[in-house]
Amino acid sequence: MSDTHAQTVAFVRDTQLPPSPPPASEVGLVGWLRANLFNGVWGTLLTLVSLYAIYAILAGVLPWIFNGVWTTKSLAECREVLDGVRGGCFSVLTERINQLLYGFKYPAAEYWRPNLALLLLFAAILPVLMYTLPRKLLIITALYPFVAYWLIWGGTIATPILVLVGFVIGYLVFQRLSTSSFAAGFFGAIIAAVVIWTAGGWLIPDGANANAWLRPVPSRDLGGFMLNMMLGVTCVSLSVPLGIVLALGRQSDMPIIKWICVVFIEFVRGVPLITLLFVASVMLAYFFPPDSNVDLFLRVVIMITMFSAAYIAEVIRGGLAALPRGQYEAADSLGLDYPQAMRLIILPQALKISIPGIVNVAVGLFKDTTLVSVISMFDLVGMIRGPILAAQEWNGVYWELLGFAAVLFFVVCYGISQYSQWLERQLATEHR
Amino acid sequence: MTTMTDPPQESFRLSMLLNDTRYRSYTFQFIALLALVASIAYLMSNMFANLREQGLFLSWAFLGEPAGYDINQRLIEYDSQMTHWRATVVGVLNTLLVAFLACVTATVLGVIAGVLRLSNNWLVSKLMSAYVEAFRNVPVLIWIIIIFTVMTAVMPAPRAFRGDEPDATMLLNLFAFTNRGIYIPAPVLSAPLMGSAAMGWLLIVVGLVGSFFGARALGTWAAAKQEATGDRPKTWYITLAIWFVPLIVLLTIMGLTWNIPELKGFNFAGGLNIRGSLIALWFALAIYTGAFIAENVRAGIQAISKGQTEAAASLGLRSGRIMNLVVLPQALRVIIPPLISQYLNITKNSSLAIAVGYMDITGTLGGITLNQTGRAIECVLLLMLFYLTISLLISAVMNVYNNSVKLKER
Amino acid sequence: MKKTVIFGALTAAGMAAGAAAAGTLDDVKARGTLNCGVATGLVGFATPDANGEWQGFDVAVCRAVAAAVLGDATAVEFVPTTGKTRFTALASGEIDMLARNTTWTFSRDVDLKFTFVGVNYYDGQGFMVPKDLGVSSAKDLDGATVCIQTGTTTELNLADFFRVNGISYDPVPIETNAEAQQQYLAGACDVYTTDASGLAATRAAFEAPNDHVLLPEIISKEPLGPLVRHGDNEWGDVVRWTLNALISAEELGITSANIAEMGAGTNNPEINRILGTEGTLGEMLGLDADWAMKAITAGGNYGEIFEKNIGESTPIGLARGLNAQWTDGGLLYSPPFR
Repeated sequence: MSDTHAQTVAFVRDTQLPPSPPPASEVGLVGWLRANLFNGVWGTLLTLVSLYAIYAILAGVLPWIFNGVWTTKSLAECREVLDGVRGGCFSVLTERINQLLYGFKYPAAEYWRPNLALLLLFAAILPVLMYTLPRKLLIITALYPFVAYWLIWGGTIATPILVLVGFVIGYLVFQRLSTSSFAAGFFGAIIAAVVIWTAGGWLIPDGANANAWLRPVPSRDLGGFMLNMMLGVTCVSLSVPLGIVLALGRQSDMPIIKWICVVFIEFVRGVPLITLLFVASVMLAYFFPPDSNVDLFLRVVIMITMFSAAYIAEVIRGGLAALPRGQYEAADSLGLDYPQAMRLIILPQALKISIPGIVNVAVGLFKDTTLVSVISMFDLVGMIRGPILAAQEWNGVYWELLGFAAVLFFVVCYGISQYSQWLERQLATEHR
Repeated sequence: MTTMTDPPQESFRLSMLLNDTRYRSYTFQFIALLALVASIAYLMSNMFANLREQGLFLSWAFLGEPAGYDINQRLIEYDSQMTHWRATVVGVLNTLLVAFLACVTATVLGVIAGVLRLSNNWLVSKLMSAYVEAFRNVPVLIWIIIIFTVMTAVMPAPRAFRGDEPDATMLLNLFAFTNRGIYIPAPVLSAPLMGSAAMGWLLIVVGLVGSFFGARALGTWAAAKQEATGDRPKTWYITLAIWFVPLIVLLTIMGLTWNIPELKGFNFAGGLNIRGSLIALWFALAIYTGAFIAENVRAGIQAISKGQTEAAASLGLRSGRIMNLVVLPQALRVIIPPLISQYLNITKNSSLAIAVGYMDITGTLGGITLNQTGRAIECVLLLMLFYLTISLLISAVMNVYNNSVKLKER
Repeated sequence: MKKTVIFGALTAAGMAAGAAAAGTLDDVKARGTLNCGVATGLVGFATPDANGEWQGFDVAVCRAVAAAVLGDATAVEFVPTTGKTRFTALASGEIDMLARNTTWTFSRDVDLKFTFVGVNYYDGQGFMVPKDLGVSSAKDLDGATVCIQTGTTTELNLADFFRVNGISYDPVPIETNAEAQQQYLAGACDVYTTDASGLAATRAAFEAPNDHVLLPEIISKEPLGPLVRHGDNEWGDVVRWTLNALISAEELGITSANIAEMGAGTNNPEINRILGTEGTLGEMLGLDADWAMKAITAGGNYGEIFEKNIGESTPIGLARGLNAQWTDGGLLYSPPFR
């Protein structure tokens, strides 16, 4: 300590000065702008370039949207109304909205059915997505496929009910028998369900479909955005169980089962979806018995389900691998056998961490459903590229239609991916 | 493991097949194998029954027959009298070309967008988020069609370049941007060594490879010198010379001239024509996949703990150097595996060429050849085999890489 | 035949298991609808209108067959097919007949195992160019960019034509007619080539059809006709003679206006045989006696169908040309109903 201290200095401040406010250039709007927009020469330059890009985009798009024409009957009329002014002919959307959403064959009087099915979809999907909701609500999810099937295809209600009864009885049998052995329960359940379904076939009278309360609609009448939704929802929900089986198979100790799963997964992941759709459209028909005939819709569902199952299997495998080894060992030490350990300990945890990944696969798959337009199915893109652009009134309207399709997909996919990111944050338990 | 007292040997009972864990796995595998073989046999027998009913049979002979159609973009010699097999090879090369171009462009775009998304500049990072979200959430097929439509509807047709006061002019009289594609000057070797132009270009490639190794050796030498003496000798001008002197010498010897496109008849002639369909597919795939790569890059950078950046900053490095020297080298380990699977996606998505009439393998073998010969099963099988080979190759590369960068745990 | 419920559910969703080994005719009758493959959208030949009803020249053939077999011209399930999917759809039994302007060629008939039952339109491949290009012959097209709709015989004809004439071209393959139209109108190709009828139909949809000309060269023969699978001759006969009935009806002057009156009996025995008041032609086909009457009532005779869908009074404006009756110097010649 120096000795030039209190004695030699006349005055020592004994209280601290209040901190002076930061310079005006560092706080408030100006500070924010400096920090975030005009940070150095490069920052300023980047900001200016971005501002120009935004201006250019808005200057092109805004007048086009605001001058848009919504009520004409054809492109020629619309161009007359616009009279050289820059603007979109959105009237193609208003005139063809039903075709864009439902395809051109779905009976107009029945549009409420897919609409209702879509509404119910939200109710059914909520218990899966919000894992904090009571588990009992999952029953709604389990019932949904049967209700949706009945709503969309119509026909007699006896069919979905009997299929459902088959599943329920199968489940009950499984519950009873699986206490002694999983395998017995599993095969018993399959046998019971098949018995119910076969017996049920005799119960439904022959003409039941024709004079049912909901008019039957063949699946080739589905189209437009509804077809994309249907393919997406059906294939994802079918491929989750298949994906679980494949993932477990790939993790299995049994070499034959493991290799069957590995070959399947790697094969499907190695080829583009479009070649699988070619298989559906030109090849698969050869693999069915000579006298049967499987509709293109069903064939496409089979191929897309296989496709997404392989990807979902990889996601779930990641989830299985991410579980700490101790969980497996704990299950073993409790004396649980393999099915019990999987069902009670491993899968519930592994699936929970796989949900964001599965949602990502689902979004990708939903976008990929547009590829069916290549094999002459009239989904949203197929409707645009086919009947609407070929129609005399509307050939030459590209931006409005393609923009509409892009916006529709963006809204759905962005919504789902935001959910998935939220979920990822909820599930992230480690701290950084 | 040895035990002192072995349990008495049980005699084998049938129920042990189902209940004894030692045998159960054999039972299950046997059942699975049986089911697999049975279902494959069933499908095959159906197929042969169906084919027999129609009087058809599988045959690969069509691959040797003349194709009869023309292909507009061919990297190897091809005309309509050549075989379907040749047409298939042309398609394969076109697929590889567009996949390669799209991979390179997507990587550049993705890295730029991913880094800028983490930028301090609020506007830029928001703009990049908008780009990423807009492209990730709309099907790539729609993007391909949109970009193709932009190409055809917005760019001028070649006939706009005609006349005394044309509606469109060539850039610098060298480049023509039309709705059929972009025409750029093409380098031509007027006196290639060893006869053919292909050999000449090969020679140049060999020269470039030599330059690459030369430059690397120089770098190694400079680094060794720096280790030993503490000064790094200035080498940039030697590096430059190593790269350019052999190239210029070779090109001068072989007489490099430029073939400049000019409007002749219906089209531009001469020069290098980059087709509209190629551009649409290339850009759509690049921009779409670039958005995914940007996300991978961002995730990779964010995976590097904040402490690394702070440590680098406390050493006095500027933010650009922090990124280059500290963050990116570590982040690459996280970024590269998903990056390679994005390359795989590009290759698979390039099969959407069919939407814009780009003659890749889906357009030739899976398109016109299939239509003309009606050999659906054979064509689709061959198509799948091709993509499968490519993706297995890429996965193999990925595994090699993963093993080489794996953190060595000692 | 009873099936399990899950099978039934799949059936409603699109799986149909036909009765074993029955002919197509019996299948169609049992099903109550005719599955007919058509194009995905070609104005005048097959296109869904704003209400989703299929309209066109090929569609009319499907309707006539449905009327002949099932007595109901609306009992048709139209299956849109592309150039790629059409043959598999037919071969696999997804459709009962294909009426999708398909050219009758040797290899399709013999190698792909289909039976072309006749020709409903004699066509040929032509070229369309913008008038201001100043081209008057296809031989002047050296170096031109040509838009082709893929999946047809067009590519082969085109390659042959340019090869024979020793001139070069740049093919741009396009999947659908709508896209080819877009490319052509934007000037991304100089020429659009497809069947002359298709060109006329496409041009009719243009804003200014008169700015485009069809070149005089017709570079191929394209007999377009409906086809069925090989080996089901009964069904082939039904489709063949339905088409012939439409053609004969025009030749004999049976129209949708006077058919009711003629159906009561006339003094022309051939008309009586066609309309079923004389002889047992319907029975021989396995159909009702008035099968042809129903087929003709569905959309009129060949001439009426032609006029309504693609004739000179429509925007497409095709002249009869080769498709006139043989009595008028055309090629339409139905074998006698006897």
